[in-house]
Amino acid sequence: MEERSVGIVETQYLTCCEPPQELLLSCGEKLGPITIAYETYGKLSSNKNNAILIVHALTGDAHAAGYHQGSDRAGWWDAMIGPGKAFDTNKYFVICSNVLGSCKGTTGSASIDPKTGKPYGLSFPVVTIRDMVKVQKFLVDHFGIKKLLAVAGGSMGGMQTLEWSLLYPDMVESAIVIATNYRHSAQQIAFHEVGRNAIMADPDWQNGDYYGKTIPARGLAVARMIGHITYMSDHSMEEKFGRKVIDTERRGYDFSAHFEVANYLKYRGDSFVQRFDANSWLYMSKACDHFDLAQDQKLTDVFANVKSKFLVISFTSDWLYPPAQTKQIAKALKANGVDVTDIGINSKYGHDAFLVEVDNQSKVISHFVERIAKEAGN
Amino acid sequence: MRLDFKIILDMVKPGSLVLDLGCGDGDLMLLLKEQKQCKVFGIELDEKLIYQCVEKGLSVNHGDIDTELIDFSDKRFDYVILNESLQQVYYPKQVILESFRIGKKVIVGIPNFCSLEARLQIMFKGRVPVTKELPFEWHDTPNLRFLSIKDFRDFCDENDIKILKEKGISKDKIINRFKNLFSLNCIFLLEK
Repeated sequence: MEERSVGIVETQYLTCCEPPQELLLSCGEKLGPITIAYETYGKLSSNKNNAILIVHALTGDAHAAGYHQGSDRAGWWDAMIGPGKAFDTNKYFVICSNVLGSCKGTTGSASIDPKTGKPYGLSFPVVTIRDMVKVQKFLVDHFGIKKLLAVAGGSMGGMQTLEWSLLYPDMVESAIVIATNYRHSAQQIAFHEVGRNAIMADPDWQNGDYYGKTIPARGLAVARMIGHITYMSDHSMEEKFGRKVIDTERRGYDFSAHFEVANYLKYRGDSFVQRFDANSWLYMSKACDHFDLAQDQKLTDVFANVKSKFLVISFTSDWLYPPAQTKQIAKALKANGVDVTDIGINSKYGHDAFLVEVDNQSKVISHFVERIAKEAGN
Repeated sequence: MRLDFKIILDMVKPGSLVLDLGCGDGDLMLLLKEQKQCKVFGIELDEKLIYQCVEKGLSVNHGDIDTELIDFSDKRFDYVILNESLQQVYYPKQVILESFRIGKKVIVGIPNFCSLEARLQIMFKGRVPVTKELPFEWHDTPNLRFLSIKDFRDFCDENDIKILKEKGISKDKIINRFKNLFSLNCIFLLEK
């Protein structure tokens, strides 16, 4: 375990929205009770003004930093969260929760429906980014936090961050929006649609009713493979794999995973199905696709009432969420006179950069949060 | 403190809302914030300098002056500053006019390409001047526009821009006579 780690952590659970106080979802349905899986790092100050909410991407979870007992796998943003890191746990109280509809402890399609005693499956309502944020609000309220020093996230996490700043403007001192879009573009939807088709075409999917039976592993693995391609860049793939081959007897004169890139994708796909639920992938991807802050409005009008200060980060080689799209967010905020800093970080890692481009991202985030804390009078 | 910074600080009223175009490492912004209690925003193209600005606790936009101004609403800023950056933009006239759209007053600092030293180099060396203030060779200069104080005055005249103040400087001295000959830089406070 490295020196600047938050150490051993444990996922905790909170239940909210117990009937009859179910949560009214964007789709019009009500849902409850809802269990929220979450982790916290650092200490909440006595006046509760040092809290930062981290929001995760498509297949992320509450385990953002540190290690679970007996595991050597660090949290998904461990490089950014810890003592002396970008989100410095010596100073800040960092919260991360699994989003609604996911399968990593928070209520989702794989959870048991209390009405039937069976997993929800496809009877689970289609959730939106806004619904996820509303659930996170219960967790923040649970801690008695009136205002978050920052909400921060990349990709689908960036969408949640934007939604936070619009839905609860008085609760968000600052928003750190990374590698995202203010609405899912046709191309972004298209990639998700292919992933969903792969899952739904798997005979084991059974209209989502596969719990306790064979899981649609092939379909989910293919969805993950497509995802991985979009997360990397031409450059990073070339550098990592090039045309390297795996030595086989048939030397590729068959259809086994002969190229190293093929083998890698197969490995990532196959290992993913061990840790993620196929239905949740459908729900998460759909939530992103539904995301459109502007709808019929001009984007500048959307941000008319935000009160947060913003840091908007993009990465030059990100072709899934191209910098120009992320920049649109900064431009619309600027037009409203919002205090916004934006930066396009030079990186060759594509969309994955928000997870791996640690040094420059840390520099800009740590100083930004420091300023926000200072200006908030902490 | 750099003399050009001091002159600019003197031109800005305390508590103003200021936009610094080509803000570099943010040193001028920090002075305006700390000594003049201004609210400052910057625009800078160089990623490395953005980190330095953020480290100083400043708000900056990473982008090109030629394209970043369009987002700001009319007369939003009390001052728009273009210190040593106007000569590096593609469309200087458009940038100045846009600066007047979004700002009430505009402060422009330019290098004087017709200082005595530069003139002597052209005259006697027969070469494009390379001086301490203009240290670049023709092939590696970031400067796209080469102008003198007189050129800029003409430009203001043609575009109905009023020069409220004009300070010629040479290193750490203010030049009051024969500005276009003896100044290495000049700072203008402008109104339209």
